[in-house]
Amino acid sequence: MIDPSLVGRSLSPVTAHVEPGRLRYFRETLGETNPVYGDARAAQAAGYAATPVPPTYLFCLEMMDAEQAFEFITVIGVDIGRLLHGEQRFTYRAPVVVGDTLKFQPRIVSVADKKGGAMTLVGIETKVTNQNGTHVADVSRTVVVLNPKTA
Amino acid sequence: MSTAVKAQPAIGDRLVHKVFPPISRHTLALYCGASGDHNPIHVDLDFARAAGYPDVFTHGMLVMGYLGQALTDAVPPPRLRMFSTRFVAITQLGARLTCEGHVAEFVEHDGERCAKLALTTKDENGDLKLAGEAVIAL
Repeated sequence: MIDPSLVGRSLSPVTAHVEPGRLRYFRETLGETNPVYGDARAAQAAGYAATPVPPTYLFCLEMMDAEQAFEFITVIGVDIGRLLHGEQRFTYRAPVVVGDTLKFQPRIVSVADKKGGAMTLVGIETKVTNQNGTHVADVSRTVVVLNPKTA
Repeated sequence: MSTAVKAQPAIGDRLVHKVFPPISRHTLALYCGASGDHNPIHVDLDFARAAGYPDVFTHGMLVMGYLGQALTDAVPPPRLRMFSTRFVAITQLGARLTCEGHVAEFVEHDGERCAKLALTTKDENGDLKLAGEAVIAL
């Protein structure tokens, strides 16, 4: 069982850089060909200062630049093989573009046992700000921990 | 881009529709590196079996990445206000995914007139993998 007193606990902040080469690799992996993401002029025509990140890329930036990508697993004390991703949400407040430096501030917001203890849902919310202090996004995920069967 | 969505979509309009190629082991290996999600369960067969799974399986966030791509093919990215999903079922290797989105309702979001889209990702058997929502400014 996961300690419910972890609710409210902050995890280590992460500083991440939106680098064009890593972003190109991400786009190529997903077969993303929308010019707004790959062509600075198309991005500017859409109103961006530079090419923006695709809708889910904030999730990746936080993991790539974290000193411990799975810090929360250590904090909640479970094996990575027992995790599933339950839910994911992005709320977009301001553009994120190539060249930005972002700060991610994650914290544990919920711990709830389900199905008679067979699984535990852990909620993590992350506030994202940029180099100007602008609050650009909120990222929220729910992780499913499959608990070992008790004989 | 701004012509991709009608200024006044109607409830029930299908705005989003895209089909993706089958998910290969190579795609999962590339996504492991591209995303920073190095959980071995998606790329290491020995690890996946030891954890009780018959094979490696797709990162949920790769599937959500495809859904996001389908979404912003149809909706200009500056109009996107919120994007969420539930991961309903594991997406297996070889899955050929279809992403769709329909106008579900009109809502006000931070004082702005928006449409809420109901999003789905299904495999080639029609099995639901992701059920999501997006809020887009009109």
